[in-house]
Amino acid sequence: MSKFPKFLMATAIATLTAAPAMAEKLGLGRAATDAEVAAWDLDVFPDGSNLPEGSGDVLTGETVFSENCASCHGEFAEGVDNWPKLAGGEDSLADEDPLKTVGSYWPYLSTTFDYVRRSMPFGSAQTLSDDDVYAIVAYILYSNYLVEEDFTLSKETFTDVVMPNADGFIIDDRPETEYGTFTERCMSDCKSGPVEITRNVVFKGDPNAGADAGEVETTAPAATDEAAAPAAEEAAPMAVAFDADLAADGEKVFKKCKACHKVGEGAKNGVGPILNGVWGRTAGTIEGFKYSKPMMAAGEGGLVWDTESLSGYLANPRNYLKGNKMTFAGLKKDADIEAVLEFLKSHSQ
Amino acid sequence: MSDSSTKSGASRRAFLKGAAATGAALGAAGAARAEGDPLITEVQDWASGFGDGVDATPYGLPIEFEDDVVRRTVEWLTADTISSINFTPIHALDGTITPQGCAFERHHSGAITLKKEDYRLMINGLVDTPLVFSYADLERFPRVTRTFFLECAANTGMEWAGAQLNGAQYTHGMIHNMEYTGVTLRTLLEEAGLDAAGDLAGKWVYVEGADASSNGRSIPIEKALDDCLVAFKANGEALRMEHGYPVRLVVPGWEGNMWVKWLRRIEVMDKPVESREETSKYTDTLEDGTSRKWTWTMDAKSIITSPSPQMPITHGKGPLVITGLAWSGNGAITAVDVSLDGGVTWQEARLTEPGKPMALSRFYLDIDWDGSEMFLQSRAMDDSGYVQPTKTQLREVRGLNSIYHNNGIQTWHVNANGEANNVEVS
Repeated sequence: MSKFPKFLMATAIATLTAAPAMAEKLGLGRAATDAEVAAWDLDVFPDGSNLPEGSGDVLTGETVFSENCASCHGEFAEGVDNWPKLAGGEDSLADEDPLKTVGSYWPYLSTTFDYVRRSMPFGSAQTLSDDDVYAIVAYILYSNYLVEEDFTLSKETFTDVVMPNADGFIIDDRPETEYGTFTERCMSDCKSGPVEITRNVVFKGDPNAGADAGEVETTAPAATDEAAAPAAEEAAPMAVAFDADLAADGEKVFKKCKACHKVGEGAKNGVGPILNGVWGRTAGTIEGFKYSKPMMAAGEGGLVWDTESLSGYLANPRNYLKGNKMTFAGLKKDADIEAVLEFLKSHSQ
Repeated sequence: MSDSSTKSGASRRAFLKGAAATGAALGAAGAARAEGDPLITEVQDWASGFGDGVDATPYGLPIEFEDDVVRRTVEWLTADTISSINFTPIHALDGTITPQGCAFERHHSGAITLKKEDYRLMINGLVDTPLVFSYADLERFPRVTRTFFLECAANTGMEWAGAQLNGAQYTHGMIHNMEYTGVTLRTLLEEAGLDAAGDLAGKWVYVEGADASSNGRSIPIEKALDDCLVAFKANGEALRMEHGYPVRLVVPGWEGNMWVKWLRRIEVMDKPVESREETSKYTDTLEDGTSRKWTWTMDAKSIITSPSPQMPITHGKGPLVITGLAWSGNGAITAVDVSLDGGVTWQEARLTEPGKPMALSRFYLDIDWDGSEMFLQSRAMDDSGYVQPTKTQLREVRGLNSIYHNNGIQTWHVNANGEANNVEVS
C-alpha cells in the first residue's frame, strides 16, 4: 500500500508553508490527439506489450548493423575503443572486472528493442524502421549466442528469447542491509593507533594528462606533452574564403557529424577522421586514421575534397563511394550541405 | 570532545583559538615593511582612474582572475563528449548554491537547443484526459520555489576500487545545488486527472526527455505526487541549455539521471518500463554478481572541499579554515564531524545553518594548524539517524563493482607543506 495520501490536496495548514492548493482544475493545456500520443509513446514492456508490427531476421540484421552500428559497436558487437560492447561477458558478473553487455547483463529484451528504436543510431536517433530495429536486435542476440542464425524476431517470437541475467537483479535492499548498520557515531578512539596509508592516488596530477602522468611520485610533474594524444596538426593547404553567417548555420548542421568528426583546436581523430583543413585535402590522408580501402584508393586516384566532391559525398555517402566506413545516411537538404561546407571551409584556414 | 554533548563547546573553543591566532598573524604582516605596503602608501591606478561603465557586460561573467573555476571533464572516462560528464569545481566554491555556469553537465546525446515556443509537454497513460501543455501553460499554474541538490549516481564511482583521481572536483564534483522554480508534478498530474488510474498503489510514472537519447525513467507514483517539480528556473533565472532548458524534472534526493532534462512526456502506468537507464545502467552489481536495481536514493555523504588536492594550504601553520559540503537524499543533514587523524578522533564542525531536506549543507571547522601532517576526513549525519559509512564498510556489503552510489568517507592526506592527496587509510 502507498504510504502517501492519494488525491489529497494540501490542507489549509500546509498551504501556509508549502505547496499551493488548487480548488479545482485550471483547464490549462489541451487534449492530446491519438496521433500525438502514438508519435511519442513508444514504450515497450518486458512482457512484449506495445511492440509494433514488423519483424527482422539475423542475416538482415547483420547487414543493417554493419551499416548503422558497427562503426562504434564493432562488426561483431564487440565494441570499438571506449564505445559499448554489446556482446560477450557471459558469466563475468562476479569477476573482478565484469563485462556488462546485452547478453551478459541486460535482464529484458524489451529494453534493447526500446533503446535501439528510440535512441539509436547515435547521432541519427529514430531514423530506423521498425523492421530494421527487429533485425538489429535479432543480430545482437545472435552475436551473444542467444538465438540461431535462422532466427526471426517479431512480436510473436519476442517472448521466446531467454535473457541469461533475467533473474540477476534484486530490488534496493539498503534499508535492510545497510541503514540499520550505519548508525554509530564514534567520536574518539575509533581506531587503534595512528593510521597508515593503504592506497595512494593512482592519477596524481591532472587526470587529463593521461595515465602515464599518474603513478604517484610527488616529484614528477605530469608529463603532459608526451602523454597527450596527438593533436590535430594540419597544414592548411590554402586560405579559403568563406561566408561567416553561412558557416554559423553550418555549425548547427554539423551537430549531426560531431559524434564522429572533430574540428577546431585540439581536435583528434574519433570514429571519423578530424576535419580541420579538409578543404582541398586529398581523401584518405589523415595520419593515424584507419580508412577503408575504397577511401584510400580514391585518394590515391586523385580524389580531393572540394565543393563538388563533398557535396556528392555528403548527399549520399554510401552511393558516392561504395564500401567506405562512414555510416551516416546523408544530408537530405541542399541548403544543409551548402552550410556545412561553409563551416568546414572556416576550419580550413 | 569525545562526546557529542560537548561538541558545540569544542568547536567554539577551536574557533576562538583560531580567531586569536588570526589577530596575531595580521599584526605580524603589518609590521613587515617599515616604509609601508606600496599597495597602501602609493595611489593605485584603480584608485585614480575609471573602471568599466554600466552595461560593459550586459550579462556578467566572473572576473578573469577566476578563470580556473570551471567545469572539467576527464577525457578518457567516456568515448565522446556528446555522451559524457564533467565536474563542478566544488573545491573552489563556497556557500551552498551552485552557480549554473559551473554546475556539472551530463548528457547522453548532447545538450540540445530547444526554444520555449517549440516546447511541448505531454501527459498520457492512465489519466482522465491526456493533455499537451505549452511552456506558456506551465507558467500559469501555481508555482513553488525550492532548493535541492542533484547528485549523479556515479559521483565518486571511480573511487570504488581505490583512490583514483586527485581532487574534490573529480572525486565528488558530479553534484550541484540550485533553487528551482516550477510547478509540482502533482499539480500537473491532477490537472490531467488520476481517476482513470484507480487505486494508485503500485502505479508508476514514466518521464522522458526530448533529446535524441530519449532518456526515460520510471518513478513510483508516491514519489511523483510527493515532492517532484517540473522546473523552469534555477537560481532565479532560466535553466541553462546544459541543464535542460526550458524545462526539467526535479526529483529531490534521488539520483540525477531521473531528473529528466528537456522533459517532454509524463505517462501514468501500472508497471515500470525497465528502460536502459534503469536496468543496464544505474544498477549496482554486488560481489556475487547479482545487482541491485531501483537504488534511487542518494544516501548521506560529505566531502572536505578545502584543503584538498586542488586547494593546498599555502599559508603555513596557524589559523586554517577547513570547509566542505554535506547532503542526504533521505532528509536533512543534522551534523558533520571532521577528523584530522584519519578517523581515530572526530570533532563536530559548524553548519552554516540547520540542514534543509535534500539540499546541500556547508560546514566549517576552524583550527590552528601546527604544520604536521593530517589525514582529513568528514562524516555526515542525517535526520534518519544514518551515519555516513567508511569505504571499507561499504565494500564489506557491496564488494568493489557497484560503480554507483559510493557515499563512503573520503580521506585527504595533507603533508607538512600543505599539499593534499587522495589516499585510503588503515
